[in-house]
Amino acid sequence: MSDSDAVLLTTPLDGLHRELGGKMVPFAGYAMPVQYPAGILAEHLHTRAAAGLFDVSHMGQVEITGPGVAAWLESLVPAEIQGLGLGRTRYSVFTNDQGGIEDDLMISRLGEERLFLVVNAACKQADIAHLQRHLAPGLTLTVLADRALLALQGPGASAAMAPIAPEAAAMGFMSIGELTIGGIACLATRSGYTGEDGWEISVPADQAEALARTLLAQPGVKPVGLGARDSLRLEAGLCLYGSDIDTATTPIEAGLAWIIGKRRREQGGFPGAAIILAQLRDGPSRLRVGLKPDGRAPARAHTEITDSAGARLGEITSGGFGPSVDGPVAMGYVPAASAAPGTAIKLVVRGKSLDAHVAKLPFHPHRYHKA
Amino acid sequence: MSQTRFTKDHEWIRVEGDIGTVGITDYAQHALGDIVFVETPAPGSTLAKGAEAAVVESVKAASEVYSPVSGTVTEGNAALEERPALVNESPEDEGWFFKLRLADAGQLAELMDQAAYEAFLKTLD
Repeated sequence: MSDSDAVLLTTPLDGLHRELGGKMVPFAGYAMPVQYPAGILAEHLHTRAAAGLFDVSHMGQVEITGPGVAAWLESLVPAEIQGLGLGRTRYSVFTNDQGGIEDDLMISRLGEERLFLVVNAACKQADIAHLQRHLAPGLTLTVLADRALLALQGPGASAAMAPIAPEAAAMGFMSIGELTIGGIACLATRSGYTGEDGWEISVPADQAEALARTLLAQPGVKPVGLGARDSLRLEAGLCLYGSDIDTATTPIEAGLAWIIGKRRREQGGFPGAAIILAQLRDGPSRLRVGLKPDGRAPARAHTEITDSAGARLGEITSGGFGPSVDGPVAMGYVPAASAAPGTAIKLVVRGKSLDAHVAKLPFHPHRYHKA
Repeated sequence: MSQTRFTKDHEWIRVEGDIGTVGITDYAQHALGDIVFVETPAPGSTLAKGAEAAVVESVKAASEVYSPVSGTVTEGNAALEERPALVNESPEDEGWFFKLRLADAGQLAELMDQAAYEAFLKTLD
């Protein structure tokens, strides 16, 4: 065991990953399976065809309770939270005073005065400190460090859940509820980050392995690692924090204007609101777009994007091979004038200027559950 | 009469006459995972021993393939354009990368034979 392994944290499913032949790699301070023996390509395609089970226990789970908690959280995020219905889930971001993004997160309303947040692993310490620093009197923040998080994703997810959690079928997309799965009391949202139907399931750490084994025993469910999680979310046009969005990108530049509630657009009241709302009104100078190489060569993160004359436009923030697209796909930032789908651009890969064009996102159509 | 030699970077070269065929080993394809793109060198290009000769990309990342010996490229494996997965399926046969005319056959002696390469693999992880 090398020194870098020695300091890695593990999730409650560590033993199961190793038993299943997971190839463990360091990710955000955790030993995580990048793939299982089936490989990234097969795991990706299996998720799109049936159902994949992902361990996302490295992500941070936080509960905040107390009077006025929804109004208070609106001081840190641009989403409409006061109007978020009981049992509903919403995607949002923490913004900073410059209008940049500190992290992206899922916010669920468990009660009138009770919110449940899921934040990125790499950002969770900073996010928790940020929340604590701004915590209003009367509010209580609890880090749910003793809970694991599993994601079941794919068109076969509902069939897999039916026999072990009959109540799951009634859940709408982006809703949350207490759910007993195979006799284990869980908290589940009908959501995910693959573009597919599915659930993200919060479970006590000491029951995570039993839950994972129950889910893996259902027909069509196979374990899927972080490698396929990344290619799935890229094809779905979803942002990876630290790559596609960060402290220097605003929600408007990132194409996330839709996360800003109507009332919030009028009233502001979140960090960086003046900058973000001005960009919303006037249009941002640059935009996150989909990019599709015309050839077969993948273009990875940090690949330079130029116009057809070779002038720099920006760079790729996420890029690689899309197994369902069966070709290379990428996302990156270009000036607003070059952001229209179909715009011809060049990607500089290993010194060669390769033809590509701006493409509509997502690369693979979302297939979320419709009630 | 052909002989196959190996590098510590997991390339193989099989020599017949003064033409060497180069690819990556089964160990390498397994470590890389699903291969989705291969870029082979243009015929006529000259390669020095150890120089970057080709690029192989898996779903996760791009890796370089180095020329085991010096020489002049005579052919790239066109089949890999359509079917890069040949490198996974048949790494030491149909999934070859390129052929080159050896500049100095004496360089082969600096590479490992099959037995030495297998012993080398045992020293890894």
